[in-house]
Parts: sequence; structure tokens; C-alpha cells
Amino acid sequence: MARHVEVSSDLARRLLATMWLCRAFEEKVSELIANNEISGLVHLAMGQEGTAAAIAAHLDDRDLMFSGHRAHGHALAKGADPSRVMAEIAGRATGLCRGKGGSMHLVDVAHGFLGATGVVGGNVPNALGVALAQKQRRTGRVTVVFFGDGAAQAGHFLESLNLASLWELPVVLVCENNGYAEFTPRSAHTRVERVATLATTYGIATETVEGNDALAVHRAAAPFIAAAREGKGPALLECLTYRMRGHYEGDAVKYRDAAELDVWKAKDPLRILERQAAEAGWFGDADARAIERSARARVDEAAAYALASPWPDAAWLMEDVR
Amino acid sequence: MSEMTPIRAINQALHDEMTRDGDVVVIGEDVAEGGPYGATRGLVDDFGRDRVRDTPISEGTVMGVAIGLALAGLRPVVEIMFIDFITLALDQLANQAAKARYMSGGQLRVPLVVRTQGGAGVRSGAQHSQSLEAWLAHVPGLAVAIPATAADAAGLLIAAIRTDDPVVLVENKAMYYRREEVPDPLAPVPLGTAAVRRSGRDVTVVATSRLVAESLAAADALAGEGIDVEVIDPRTIQPLDEETIVSSVARTGRCVIAHEAVRAFGVGAEIAAVVQERALDRLQAPVLRVGAPFAPVPTSAPLEDAYLVGREQVAAAVREAMRW
Repeated sequence: MARHVEVSSDLARRLLATMWLCRAFEEKVSELIANNEISGLVHLAMGQEGTAAAIAAHLDDRDLMFSGHRAHGHALAKGADPSRVMAEIAGRATGLCRGKGGSMHLVDVAHGFLGATGVVGGNVPNALGVALAQKQRRTGRVTVVFFGDGAAQAGHFLESLNLASLWELPVVLVCENNGYAEFTPRSAHTRVERVATLATTYGIATETVEGNDALAVHRAAAPFIAAAREGKGPALLECLTYRMRGHYEGDAVKYRDAAELDVWKAKDPLRILERQAAEAGWFGDADARAIERSARARVDEAAAYALASPWPDAAWLMEDVR
Repeated sequence: MSEMTPIRAINQALHDEMTRDGDVVVIGEDVAEGGPYGATRGLVDDFGRDRVRDTPISEGTVMGVAIGLALAGLRPVVEIMFIDFITLALDQLANQAAKARYMSGGQLRVPLVVRTQGGAGVRSGAQHSQSLEAWLAHVPGLAVAIPATAADAAGLLIAAIRTDDPVVLVENKAMYYRREEVPDPLAPVPLGTAAVRRSGRDVTVVATSRLVAESLAAADALAGEGIDVEVIDPRTIQPLDEETIVSSVARTGRCVIAHEAVRAFGVGAEIAAVVQERALDRLQAPVLRVGAPFAPVPTSAPLEDAYLVGREQVAAAVREAMRW
């Protein structure tokens, strides 16, 4: 029992540290956009930090991860250097992708983060291919792909469910169901309430979990990731969560009301985890605030690094085309 | 040298490369069964179903899976049975394969090969006969090869497999069963190198795919009229061997471009632009284009025959160029 408490406490600290890093990072990104120090199309995942932290906690650098357009947290959770992520979003030479990817196309091969994509669900098939390569080479590595509920209405997503199942691929499909596809609630796009039901049709193991409860996400993912590693095939984990910001920074969010946001603010994943830690006696508010302060300090450092970094050389325009 | 049809040469090239490199895999609809034309026939017997992987009819996702295999370091050769169906995989090709290396600042490579075939003339109708290579050549990050001979069909395929970036090979179904000479053993043909198929003094004809043989036939006929035609086959349209084309036109002073695809907004327009940009002072006549009319490919024999361009249209264009 003592050991269980210790493990849980340690895990909760790790998850909270990652989640605060993601939160503080995106608050800083939002601030830098407001100050015109970051430009372009940027999608924030504030409110969804629990899934990124919980899933990544099961993986190491040799496991592979893909994500969509709301991917800052996934890259950070997978181990990407916050300074180089911030520099990439700011378009600087020191960014992960030398400024050629930006917010929607983060890639960090060294940490197994094979990429975010700006095409909704567009890299789910790529994740399957990477998983197929792992299976054929018997590496025991798992491939995770994050996507939103909006991706589940795309034809290639359903084709991917079929192939993941048919070939028993070592892939875990993680749906962050935040209830909105861009500006439109799920109910306006489909009569299928839960994305998990789509996967069930193909014989894929599924679970739907409260996505803002990071410990619950971590628990639910454990058997799926273990099964993938053991060659027992794919799974789909649907995490019910909420995007606290608009679809993109600058979105006036006229399509949802304040009351709905308040409901979800009360279910802020960071607060939930802090409350769980306090109730379990793992650690209290003082420790949580120390974790938060540390994350904010790391993010301040990342922002300073990014803004002090040089812009890419114009000659890079034609490099790496093919 | 030995004699082989293009389809047999492609099959042999795949076999050779899969033997040479265990990372080469073939994936696509019915590939383990050999495919409708037999390009992958027998491969499954030697390499098994993991390396010769049949897929459902899900072109977009299959292309995406192949890209994933490539990202993980394998060398997939994906077959899109008809280029008409590449439409279903264009998102993956244009948004993922073509951009992964660039967007990642060089961290990712996509050693992907796509084999597909186009072309009309076999009464297959508007959705099994198109020539869509120009679409692909317009996407930075993709190479596009369009072989006109058995040796090149094999040689460009071998070069593509050994390349670390995506390459699409657009074969022509009407040419699959002609017996031709090929080198023994088959040898790679570097991407971006044109072939001078016939040397001549008066007019340069730049022709692709089926129109190469048609242009050579036209050149033979025109020789009887005292017109000496040079025929250049670019072999890859992206990258395009501008040097060979421009230096030929600089000598002949006249240029005709011939392809099976519709003329409007086609490969011919790009080549014509390159020629006038780089050799305007040497041109003695307008650059002329031979290509299909701006219509879908009809099915019925007389309609399709009216649609197709060939040696007669090439000869007419050359005569027109000689009027200046």
C-alpha cells in the first residue's frame, strides 16, 4: 500500500509538472500573439493538458507520436525542449524545424515526435504506417496518434480504423473529444455521439474516459499501450475534454455561451489533479504552487530564448525541398 | 541487352531491388495477386505477404500508410492502379509526403515511390484513361517520372527506390506489352536527365510517354520531306532537364512539345515558357504544343480516336513550325 501511494504521488507530480508546463506555455503563446510577437495561425489546447501528460507518461523517446493542429502540449509532453518549441512557433532559426514548420507542424524526431499536421486527421494513416514498420521490425515500440472529434468524420479516419484492425497494428488512437470541430458542435456534424463506437465496429478495443482527469486517462491508457507493445493490436481511447480557448487565437468564440465555459472551468484538469493529490495526501497546495512556479520560470526562459533567437536565413527557403 | 516488355521490366526491377534491399516493400490493391497488368506478379512468392502487402480499396489511407512506412525508414513502392484514382490520395501526396522533409527542417525524409499508370486508347472511358502528371509536377517536394521505354520504366523505378524523397512514376498502359531492348542487368536512370531519342537539325520535338514513339514515327515521315527532327524525351518532368531541351532548341531554332494530356495548363505550357525565357533570341518560330483537346476522354472508339493525338498531329505541328 505504501508503495502504491508513493508511485501515485510520484506520477501525480510528474503529470502536474507536465500539465503546468503546457498551460504556462500556451498562456505565454497567447500573450506573445496579443503583443504581435508571434504571428500566424495558432491553435491552443488549454483545458486539454491532462490527455497529453497522461499518455506521454507511458512512453519514452523510442515510442512514436503524431498529433494534429493543436499539438504544442503533445510535443512538450513527449519531451521536446520548450525553448525550441517556442522558437519554432515564433518562426525563429533555432526552432525545432528551423522555423519552417511553425505551430501546426512541430516535429522533434529525437524525442519520437514525428509530427503535427494542419490537415485534420491527416496523419492518422501515417501513424498506421509507422506502426506497421514497428510491427514488421518487431521493435516493441508503440505509436500514438492524437486527433480531435472533428477528424472522426473524415473518410481516411474510417479507412484507418479498418486497416489498424485488419493488420493488428501497434497503434493507440487517442481522440481528444472537446465537443467542437472548429466552430461547430459535434451534434451538428454527426448522430454518433461517441467516437469510440466507430472503432468498436472494427473490433478495436476502446474506452471513453473523462479526459480532464489525468490519472483516469493514465489508468485507461495503460492496458492499451501494453497490448500494443505486446503485439495485441490497436486501441482507441476517447478522452472527453474541453477547449478553453477558441478554435484559434483570435476566434471571438460567438458559438458557445459563458455558462458552458464556466462548467468546464470548474473541471480544469490541473485543479482536478491538484485536488486529487491533496485529498490523497500526496502533496498540498504549496507543492502545487512550486510546480506551477517552476513551469512558469521554464516558459519565461523559453520565450526569452525564442525572442532573442535569429530569424532564419532567406537562403533556407530552398533547402530541404527535395 | 535483352528483350522485354515494359511491364516485365518493371516486374524485374522490383524483384531486383527487393532482393538487394530488405527495406523495399510493395503495397497496394491486389499487388500480391500481381495487379491487373502483372507488374507485381510473383513477388509475393519470393518476398512474402509482409513485403508484398495487399490493401483494401482505400487509396488515400494506403498512401498515408506508405508514407508512414517511409518515415520509419522503409522504402515502400505503393501502386495506385490507375492514375485517375490518385485523386483520392492527393492529400497524402501533396500535404504529407511532399512537405514532411521541408516542414520538419530536414528532420524527416520520405523515401516513397508511387507507381501508377495513365493514358487512353484502350476504350476504358473518362475515369480510367487520364494523364494527370502535370498536377503532380506542380507540387514542390514531389519528383515525377514519366517513362517512355521499357529500359526507362525499370531504370527510373530503380533510381526512385534509391532516392530518399518521394517520386511518382507515371507509366502508360498502352505501352505495357511492347517488346523492347533493355540493358541486362537493368540499370538505374538518374532523375532529371533527358534522353535525346533522335538527333536532328531543323526542329526540336520534346515528347513524353506514348508521344515519344509517335514523335519518332513522325520524324521518320518528315525525313522524307527533307525535315530533320530532333526528339527529346525529358523522362522526368519534375525535375525537368532544362539544359538538354534549351540547348537543342538553341541549335534548331524551332520547338514542338507533344504529350497525351490535355494541352491547356499542361506540361507543354511549362516547357514552352522555359524555352522562350531561355532561348527567345534563337527561336525562328513560335513554340507549338500538341496535346489532347480540353475534354474528358470518351469511351466509344471513333470518339476516343478523335481525342488522341499522335504522329499525324506531331508532323502537322512540325510542318507549321517550318513555315516560319
